[in-house]
This record gives sequence, structure tokens and C-alpha cells, in this order.
Amino acid sequence: MTEETQDSVPEPQRIERGEAFLDVRDLKVAFPTDDGVVKSVDGISFQLERGKTLGIVGESGSGKSVTSLSIMGLHPPGVAQISGQIFLDGQDLVASTREEVRLLRGKRMAMIFQDPLSAMHPYYTVGAQIIEAYRVHNQVSKQVARKHAIEMLDRVGIPQPDRRVDAYPHQFSGGMRQRAMIAMALSCDPDLLIADEPTTALDVTVQAQILDLIRDLQREFNSAVIIITHDLGVVAELADDIQVMYAGRAVEYSTAEDIFDRPQHPYTWGLLGSMPRIDRERTERLIPIKGTPPSLINVPKGCAFNPRCNYAHLNGGASETDRPELLDTGNGHMVACHLSPQNRRQAWENDIKPKL
Amino acid sequence: MTTTEPTPAVQKSSEVLLSVDGLVKHFPIRKGVLQRQVGAVQAVDGLTFDVTQGETLSLVGESGCGKTTTGRLLTRLLEPTAGTIVFEGRDISHLREGQMRPLRRDVQMIFQDPYGSLNPRHTVGKIVGAPFRLQNVKTEHGVKRAVQELLELVGLSPEHYNRYPHEFSGGQRQRIGIARTLALRPKLIVADEPVSALDVSIQAQVVNLLEDLQEEFDLTYVMIAHDLSVVRHVSDRVAVMYLGKIVELADRVDLYENPMHPYTTALLSAVPVPDTKRKGKQERIRLQGDVPSPINPPPACRFHTRCWKAQDICKTVEPPLIQLAPGHQTACHFPENATPEQEATATAAAKA
Repeated sequence: MTEETQDSVPEPQRIERGEAFLDVRDLKVAFPTDDGVVKSVDGISFQLERGKTLGIVGESGSGKSVTSLSIMGLHPPGVAQISGQIFLDGQDLVASTREEVRLLRGKRMAMIFQDPLSAMHPYYTVGAQIIEAYRVHNQVSKQVARKHAIEMLDRVGIPQPDRRVDAYPHQFSGGMRQRAMIAMALSCDPDLLIADEPTTALDVTVQAQILDLIRDLQREFNSAVIIITHDLGVVAELADDIQVMYAGRAVEYSTAEDIFDRPQHPYTWGLLGSMPRIDRERTERLIPIKGTPPSLINVPKGCAFNPRCNYAHLNGGASETDRPELLDTGNGHMVACHLSPQNRRQAWENDIKPKL
Repeated sequence: MTTTEPTPAVQKSSEVLLSVDGLVKHFPIRKGVLQRQVGAVQAVDGLTFDVTQGETLSLVGESGCGKTTTGRLLTRLLEPTAGTIVFEGRDISHLREGQMRPLRRDVQMIFQDPYGSLNPRHTVGKIVGAPFRLQNVKTEHGVKRAVQELLELVGLSPEHYNRYPHEFSGGQRQRIGIARTLALRPKLIVADEPVSALDVSIQAQVVNLLEDLQEEFDLTYVMIAHDLSVVRHVSDRVAVMYLGKIVELADRVDLYENPMHPYTTALLSAVPVPDTKRKGKQERIRLQGDVPSPINPPPACRFHTRCWKAQDICKTVEPPLIQLAPGHQTACHFPENATPEQEATATAAAKA
């Protein structure tokens, strides 16, 4: 909308335009608090093309939601210190003003939140909220927008959409609310859709419906999708690429096949071992990761995972002193770990793979 | 698999600890100045099952199916509308609070939310020591020592005695809750979604802890959960609930490999599998719509509104929960994975 005017004013930070549709480079988000600076996201980079799905996996506090809120520009001003670059179709969102980012929300990028009850306004009808979003980006009359809202509700599978459009969020069940929010997020055909734990609050049968819905809609609109979750089953269903996050950094990044069939980082091994599998023989015991996730104010020195890692002693002390960089180990499979290739292969073949 | 003799549910050799018969809980809905009852939420509507000493029985189902209400009835935090609960041969269904109190030593609960279930103003020592105080239990070396032993038992450090709950992570708080639950060495523990609020890596730690404790103290668990992968890992038997009724009750292996109720089949097929090779290929049964309201549940078989196998009989005759295979009870007119004889049994039972 405002891009033409922006393009005519050349600013230094716009010379670099990013390569992919969404190009995040060395993003850092920190929150100063009384106890110290919380480094929620500490330097992550990834790229995402249209029509592709990226899964971001990690435990609570690993920085996955903070990343998505940074892309959407939803951190309250003055609270978060954000650095790095986020290029959405060539425009740097970090350098843009709040007003510029606001105009992008809804049309260029949209978000599905985890908890649809708190993400929707209880005072307005579901229809009114979809209509508002649609009319911000499209010069249409209320009647046209209302028709569009009904179509969208129908599209996401809400029964009797022409009546339900006038219902309030509390009159919907959890699954329907989540659908209504998806309808709202998709009402302007966003190019980038971020789904932050879209099914965590839902039952499995409804979860299956919502995942199918996101997949179908992505195919139809050819949007780029980021799905954030702690459920490895959900990312396996949807994602093309997966980024595993730990303590604000990416520890492994590759295709979904690589992450599930040939994972390389001890943390990813830990995640896969912790999870009971319904599709395999039942194991006698789960293999948990020892310890607890670190505090983001006091991230362990060196590799943040080293206090919980079973293989840290193999690296001659490097795990405690040097922070491993995310490096390509071949075929675009990126891992941030000090383990030597043969140690890693040995650990995977002997210790991990047989037990998964 | 072929025997269909109508014997009562096959029990493991050991004794029945808890026995539930026809358990009903209706929450009245009142309206108007006179607060007249205009309806009822039929949260739990006729449950019958036994829990054997030392086993883990899981109740699974979608939200609103009545599994939490059942847990609260078993611990008598709620008064049942009808039916009986027999614990160790004693009918506890309508005991008054004072009469119930001595029994609270034997029946304990683990709560879902480790943030809401610990008093933020009390130290860990006070929280875990509360059961001793409330029940006037004398400990050999004083309460402090007993609490510290409990903390060690659940994998916390005895130095945590004087700390407050906010100093702990979710997984550690859940361990504090478990330590409190274990204080009086209960016989039966009702665990309401004990791991669903925890991260995956921590979830595995707590699941392993619960299993170790069960072995050490010969505990009996009634586990309430919605995560079917976790349920398969921890349970000996599983009861699948739908709208206040048990639709299937079977051995773990039997239920997961040979589900007979269509609802169970649909639930199992909906679980996302962390295997990229099955992406898009997985045969999934898509259930239409949402769970109907328990205020006005569908007549006869409550699942018929969403069932792809439903026929006229499902709308008129309620299928009884009958044993179709040893230890495998199902309430369906047209069971899945059934032999012709089993189907005949189901049809005959419906006519009776």
C-alpha cells in the first residue's frame, strides 16, 4: 500500500533487501528487567519462501514466540530491545516505523494465536472483528465485507456461517473459536501466516481438523507459513523445514526428514527420546533430558545446553567455554554443536537410534 | 479373541481396590427468581468400572467428556448424584466430610496445574508437611526430616525446604505436588493430567518418576489424560469416555492395537505422528463438528451424531457396555475390528 512512497525515498538500511520472501538475519530480542537482561532471542537467522512451511520447535522459554512477535512487530514499544534484520518481501521490518508495520499486518502477514479466547475481543461479535480487519485493507462497503466474512467462516468449516457471524466469541466452542481466528487471519489472504501453538489448547480430533485446514488453505493461497509448537507430531505433519531452538538460539536447522530421521544435535535427540511414540513399539522407559531449561538471564557459558548434555565431556572443555556456531554439516543440515563428526555418528548409531 | 462368554470383567489375580457402579453426576442448572432447576449438565452419566490394586487405569476423552468430574467424584471432592463408589470394601459414595477425612490418607490427588495447586505464600516445607499436620500423623524424626526425605524421593534437594513455590520451574513444582501427595503413603492416587502442563523433556522425567514410585510403593493410579501417546506409555488399562459415558474399556495393548469403538478408532487416527514418511499418507478419520452439549446429549448412542457407521438403531437403542473379548468392553452396535460372533453378541445385547 505505502510501498511505492517508501521505495522512492532511498534509505540506507533498505539497500539490502534480503533474498528470500522472509529473511531473518541475526535477530536478537532482549528484555531489560530488574533482575537483569533477559536474552529471549540471541541471534537467529532463517529464510522462508512462499508456499513453504517452517516449523519452529522448542520448550517454553526457548524464544519461539518472541521470534514470531518480533516479525509481527507486536512487542510493545520501549519494552524489547530488538536488533538484526527481518526482511519481508524486501522491506526491513525492524527498521520500519510502527505505523508502517501496522499497515502490513493483516494483509501481508497475519498470526494465529494459541489462545483464541484472549486473542478475540469479547465485546464485539466474531463477524464484526473479521469485517474490521477486512475493511482496513480493502475499500469495500460493510455489506460486501460482511459477505466476505460469512464466506471465510464457511471456508474454515463453521456450520451456519450466516447466523454464526453475529455470535460473540464466548458462544463458540474452543475449536470453533480457533477456526474463527483462522478465518480472521486469512480474511485478507496474507502472504505470511504465523501460527503460534495453534492447536495446543484443542482436543486431538479438533487438532486434526485444524491442521488439515491450515494445510489446505496454504495450498490454496500459496502463503508462507511458520508453525510454532512444542509438539513434534504437529511439525512432522506440516513443516517442510524445521528449526530447533534452545535458550534463544537455533541449535539445529534442516528439512523435516533430516530432523526426524537423521537428527544431529543432542538436544534434538533428547526431545525425540522424551516423547512416547504411538506409532512404535512401546518402550519400557522414556529417556528424558536431565535437568531443566536454563534461565535466560543466566544462560550457561559456552554451549547453553552443556549442563544437560550427555556428550559435553567429549569435547575437551569446548562446550563450557565456546559457544558453538550454527554450521552446515552437508546438504544444508545446520547444527550448532562441538561434537566431532565421528563422535556424533557413534553416539547416534549406538546410543540414540536403537532406543528411539 | 474368539471367546465371548459373558463373564464379568477379567481381573488380574490381585484384589479390587476401588469399585464404581452406575456413577452419575448431574450439575443442576437453575434459573429465575425461585432458582428452579431447568436442566442439568450431565457430566457423568452411569460409569461402572473396577480399579485393581497396583494397576494404572487411564480415563481418556475430549474436553467435556466428564473425566475430570469422575476424578473428583472418586476422591469425593464432589458428591455423586447416583451410584456407588466402594473403596476397599467400604461404600464411600455419600460419606460426610468428617467421615471422609481419615480416608484422605489413602486416596490422594495430583493436580494438573502446578502453578495453581501450591499456595504461593507457604514454603515448600509447609506445603509438603501439611498432610502430616492435618492428619495428626506423628513422624519418627519430626516433620522436617520426613518432608526432606519426601523431597529427595521425588528428585528435589532437601535444601529446598525453606523456598517458596515461585522459585521453582513447572516440572519442579509438579514434583513438589507429588511429594505432598505421597506424604501419607496413599493407596490410590487420582492424577488429573499430571504432565500436560509440562515441557516434553520434563514430561518424560515426571512420567518416569510416577512409574518408579508406583513400583516402590505399590501405588494404584487412576490417570486422567488426553494425550494418547502418554496414556499408552503409562497405563495398564484404558477407559475411553465420550459425553459422560465409558464407550470402551480395555487392556492397553488391546485398545491400541484392536480398538472396537468407532470413537476410539477416530481418536487414535487423529494423533499426529512424528514421522515425516507418513505425512499426508496417514489415513485419518475426520470427525465432523464438535462434541455435543452435555446439557442435552443425543439420545441412545451419544456418538451417533458424529459416527460414520451410525444407523437407525443407534438413534433409538442405547448400546450397553458389554464384553466382546476377554477384558475388552465396548458400547457399540457395530463394533470395529470385530469377528462375526462378536458382532452377533453386540446385536443380541442391544435387544436384551
